[in-house]
Amino acid sequence: MTLPPFGALVDEHRDRLARFCVAAVGPTDASDLEHDTWLAALRAYPTVVSDQNLGGWLVTIAHRKAIDRWRTGHRETATDQVPDVPAAAVDVVDDGLWAAVDRLPDGARSAVLLRYVADLPYADIGTELGCSEAAARQRVRAGLSTLRTTITREQP
Amino acid sequence: MSLETELAATRGPLPAAPDVGALAAAEGLLDLSVARMHLPVGDVILAATDRGLAAIHYLTLEDEDAALGHLAAAFGPRIFFDDDPTARARRQLSEYFEGTRTTFDVPVDLATLTGFQRDVLDACAAIPFGAVSTYGDLAGDIGRPRANRAVGNALGANPVPIVIPCHRVLRTGGNLGGYTGGVQVKARLLEHEGVVTA
Repeated sequence: MTLPPFGALVDEHRDRLARFCVAAVGPTDASDLEHDTWLAALRAYPTVVSDQNLGGWLVTIAHRKAIDRWRTGHRETATDQVPDVPAAAVDVVDDGLWAAVDRLPDGARSAVLLRYVADLPYADIGTELGCSEAAARQRVRAGLSTLRTTITREQP
Repeated sequence: MSLETELAATRGPLPAAPDVGALAAAEGLLDLSVARMHLPVGDVILAATDRGLAAIHYLTLEDEDAALGHLAAAFGPRIFFDDDPTARARRQLSEYFEGTRTTFDVPVDLATLTGFQRDVLDACAAIPFGAVSTYGDLAGDIGRPRANRAVGNALGANPVPIVIPCHRVLRTGGNLGGYTGGVQVKARLLEHEGVVTA
């Protein structure tokens, strides 16, 4: 097994990784998260033992760094907005759906992002979240269901 | 739009693509910078470390993916295409094939080689344009007169052919011997230098 040149990894997987970063921490912090992810990937790449699913490997690095940010309060959530901010000051892309995603418990938030943004198969989501494939499927379903309830409740 | 589709669509604009190669270089995590080049004797990939030119890999006998695989095995997989680090070597190679240059003056990185291999390549580098030597003579030059075969192997492992002119070393009696890019390439290089071969 020989690993492809790191530059080829960037060419092939950059868009997917950047999309995940934007979805996980919002457009403002995405650039920092992506930078940290590439740096960690560069450090770890010589020790990677399989050339299968390198895109998924990059996503899991970003996911772990995103969790760190969620836990240390880097969230860009609607709940973090200063109460009296006028509506016009709120980023237009950070709409009801993404505010609701940001408010999901970490496990459900991870499951939904890994499934629908990173497009990881359920088996890989299970591995990443430390649960079975069936449990991963259940977490994604529960996350979606919570999102539907939240968004419906917020509709005028 | 379904919730799933909406989630898959991007949350906002993607940030400008970072220069990951520059990041790797700045953090000391860059194994090799590589560039493609077409030479009259065939295509090559040039590779540089931060210490100098580390490889000129012929694509005459294998494709680019295989070549990059070999380079990754020898130097590490953090490889980026970047023309700048090999610009000087590529310019000198162009001049060599245009007939305006007979010696090379670029730093080479032979750090992955053994001391013996470096001794052989140093002796080889002293053979001037248009001249030839033999495996046996080169063995004598480095004080290992019976090491013909080992000398041949060391030349076969020359990571920077043309710049270190292993094509100028023949078998005793004038037989061309072997060459990293194929023996036809060796013949064409010698022809370019005006050497008449058997």
